[in-house]
Amino acid sequence: MLTFIGLGLYDLDDISLKGQNAIIEADAVFLESYTSILTGTSPAELEKRYGKPIKILKRQDVEQHPEPILDAAKTGKVAFLTGGDPMVSTTHADLRIRAKNLGIETRIIHGSSIVSAVCGLSGLQNYRFGKSCSIPYPAKNWFPRTPLDTILSNLIQNLHTLVYLDIQETAFMSVQEGIGILEQLITGDSEKISLYVGIARAGSENPVVAAGTSEKLKDVNFGPPLHILIVPATLHDIEQEYLTLFAGYAPA
Amino acid sequence: MSRGKKTVERVMQLMNQPESIRNIGIVAHIDHGKTTLSDNLLAGAGIISGDLAGKACWMDSDEEEQARGITIDASNVSMVHEYGGKEYLINMIDTPGHVDFGGDVTRAMRAVDGAVVLVDAVEGTMPQTETVLRQALKERVKPVLFINKVDRLINELQVDEMEMQIRLGKVIDKVNKLIKGMNEEMYNNGWKLDAAGGTVAFGSALYNWAISVPYMKKSGISFKEVYEHCKKGEMKELAKKSPLCEVVLDMVVSFLPNPKIAQPRRVGVIWHGDVNTPEGKGMMTCDPTAPSCMMVTDISFDPHAGEVATGRLFSGKLTRGDEMYIMGTAKKVNRLQQVGIFMGPTRVEVPELYAGNIAAVTGLKDAVVGSTVSSLMEMTPFESLEHYSEPVVTVAVEAKNMKDLPKLVEVLRQVAKEDPTLRVNINEETGEHLISGMGELHLEIITGRIKRDKGVEIITSEPIVVYRETITQELTDPVEGKSPNRHNRFYFTLHPLPEHVVEMIKSHEISMNQESLERRDAMVKAGFEKDEAKSVKDIYATNILLDMTKGIQYLNETMELIIDGIHEALDGGPLADEPVQNMLIKLVDVKLHEDAIHRGPAQVIPAVRSAIKGGMLLAGDSLLEPLQKLHITVPQDNMGGATSQIQSRRGQVFDMASEGDTITVIGKAPVAELFGFAGDVRSATEGRAMWNSEFAGFEIVPSGSAKEIVLQIRKRKGLKEELPKPADYLA
Ligand SMILES: Nc1nc2c(ncn2[C@@H]2O[C@H](COP(=O)(O)OP(=O)(O)OP(=O)(O)O)[C@@H](O)[C@H]2O)c(=O)[nH]1
Ligand SMILES: [Mg+2]
Repeated sequence: MLTFIGLGLYDLDDISLKGQNAIIEADAVFLESYTSILTGTSPAELEKRYGKPIKILKRQDVEQHPEPILDAAKTGKVAFLTGGDPMVSTTHADLRIRAKNLGIETRIIHGSSIVSAVCGLSGLQNYRFGKSCSIPYPAKNWFPRTPLDTILSNLIQNLHTLVYLDIQETAFMSVQEGIGILEQLITGDSEKISLYVGIARAGSENPVVAAGTSEKLKDVNFGPPLHILIVPATLHDIEQEYLTLFAGYAPA
Repeated sequence: MSRGKKTVERVMQLMNQPESIRNIGIVAHIDHGKTTLSDNLLAGAGIISGDLAGKACWMDSDEEEQARGITIDASNVSMVHEYGGKEYLINMIDTPGHVDFGGDVTRAMRAVDGAVVLVDAVEGTMPQTETVLRQALKERVKPVLFINKVDRLINELQVDEMEMQIRLGKVIDKVNKLIKGMNEEMYNNGWKLDAAGGTVAFGSALYNWAISVPYMKKSGISFKEVYEHCKKGEMKELAKKSPLCEVVLDMVVSFLPNPKIAQPRRVGVIWHGDVNTPEGKGMMTCDPTAPSCMMVTDISFDPHAGEVATGRLFSGKLTRGDEMYIMGTAKKVNRLQQVGIFMGPTRVEVPELYAGNIAAVTGLKDAVVGSTVSSLMEMTPFESLEHYSEPVVTVAVEAKNMKDLPKLVEVLRQVAKEDPTLRVNINEETGEHLISGMGELHLEIITGRIKRDKGVEIITSEPIVVYRETITQELTDPVEGKSPNRHNRFYFTLHPLPEHVVEMIKSHEISMNQESLERRDAMVKAGFEKDEAKSVKDIYATNILLDMTKGIQYLNETMELIIDGIHEALDGGPLADEPVQNMLIKLVDVKLHEDAIHRGPAQVIPAVRSAIKGGMLLAGDSLLEPLQKLHITVPQDNMGGATSQIQSRRGQVFDMASEGDTITVIGKAPVAELFGFAGDVRSATEGRAMWNSEFAGFEIVPSGSAKEIVLQIRKRKGLKEELPKPADYLA
């Protein structure tokens, strides 16, 4: 049995009771550490809470060498933990497919996800979001334009864009870094983005939500990770009021 | 010294008059007398004293060169020659003759417009004569001929006047045949050598005399007189009546082109940009007021001034403090510090240097040999300097003392910068670095200099051979490469690249520096379909990547990563991690994740790399080894010793030519079997063999020995000691 368990947004207490029980019952626990992380806690605290060893998985442990996870799930109960809600990240769908093909039983215990959390924090309506995208850290010979293109095509259809910011082993992209990369990709006035919403530490006691132009957001102190970004389309009245009250938005 | 100084003033006056400039190279087979000639020309021009000349020590200023009696590095010198009441500036480069240092000739040919080709009258044209001629013609450098060591013909071989003329005629015919074979168009357009026309001179560089038909007319001296003097040993007399320097430099001034005439002919060959741009026009007309464009042909290290870049300035002018850009690097300003010219081992600063000259400058910190340097931030770079031979021998070096570890890395980077025919592989993790070069001597000199000049004690391994890999069959059923997250897929077919296309890449007829339309036409000429011809995405060594896909979203921003992955596979093939050559790669389909973060370098590069490597194994990846062509000249009695030396080394004898009582055995053998050849052939022929070798390309290792060699290489490199299977790469 392979159980995908969403840990929720921020710390140890965001997990559901169902999820908690599944961990307690599990013979082996794995924690995926590359699509998202809980910044309000640590693997050591998790181990302490549940009194069992937790194996940390890097990208290649899931994508290229998932055999140990699958082997354990053939004979025992395996808890596969992820930040947020497990199937939001596409790579885990692949693991579930592999398990199914090996005849391993699987189930999902959901957790709260950033996808819905941003709606609550920003007041932007979930049904008005278009395709989401990620901004990766540029690398040698690689500076993809896709995130900007996705945002622009959403804007044309008057849809908001949820923009994931890169998470690497040693670096978490900040709102300001993300905006900086987009601004580098922008080539002309027609591509200008007039409004951003930056969100930090969703799910924590002290999240930061700020709306404004890139200029304005430069001066905002978002604090420690994780950060996420939204590029809103034209705002409905309620959305505008909400942003004004909860995100320091000042309509022009 | 005061003579030197005076020359500098005259040189500076002439530098701004392209019509009065001749940039020339002295080229020949090893030991045919290039350095002796160069030294004596300098003495004649008053740059060095006559006593020093002829001992080959001004141009060969390095102690290693003097000890071994050969030239290792090309060296530049400028001098002034008077002809017909006018002064001319001669910028001359003396080049090495040993094949291991042939890279210097390739580079020198980019800097000059004309070449004095020397041939030893006794030995006649030799393999390197042919090679240097080919290098010159490839760069559209015009040759004239100097037949040297004529004194030996008379004094050692005792030929009479009649036979002497026949022999000289034979040398001229042979060289003409070579020129015609290499470039019939230029041959017919005035590059045919002609003694009566004045493009041939002959004489003795050592004894400082020479003669040519125009000079005979000018001075009244006759062939007979020359012969008589020589016969009687009246060399001093002869040197006075018919001085080497006058004859040779008259020939240079009258028959080799000035930069204004040469550049329009050369620019189209060495530069593929648009000739209607300011820089294009500037180079076509050698215009000092146009943007500056220089090609770096040499980098040396001066203990005081640091790195000195030497190169040909094709347009514009150079002044201290000028802001220059190096093409192909981050566009950082490189500020010129000293601007000067070379006078043998010393450098002389000048206030300004103009188009058409050979410049020696400091301050170009981002430049390497082959760099295009310009006052423009962006220009089409010059064609790269492709050396005909490739590194075939490698040694591993490591620092003897721990404290030298970082210094050795720095020194190796410097060495690689100075000599582009070397391939240096730095491994900071293990501290064991690899240097690959043209041959044993090349590496011996380089490692010797690391110890001597750079003061780093090193331990050097036995030399090892450099191999290559290539496919022998087509793979038309596309091979699939999956990214680690399995969301991205790349499909390739692989094809052996036909020999004539490889040749076109090597000669730059097909190149990534071309405008895309020009490249498309060249590809069509090479036999590709139109849709293939316009789809070239990359050329790496002699491998081509075609993108045959259509309308795939996000492919554009992924292409550079695909190319990175392909380079990784081509840098080390699946069989033995040796460089891959002569392969045509077609990208036929791609599937990409919609979100950029799932198709970054960590996903794309390994997917592409393993697709190519796995695909190569499916397409009959084979090991190639370098071969060397050998010419061994021995007395008839020792022929057996010579041939057995070739045959016992997996070699092959394909020609034997006898002349008088000597015989020349021609054959080839793998470099791997030739270590220690010098000693063995000496003892097998009682020390009577004269031999030389040249690079003869790579050939597939015979199947009998292939597996054993592959496993040996894998063991040496710490790879799994078994033959790889496609499944190792295609999971
Ligand atoms: N008899 C005779 N010997 C000559 C003449 N020119 C050169 N030599 C000798 O030939 C040998 C080689 O001369 P170099 O000038 O070093 O030849 P090189 O072509 O510069 O040699 P590399 O640079 O090593 O290729 C020396 O021993 C010279 O003294 C000549 O005209 N007559
Ligand atoms: Mg020499």
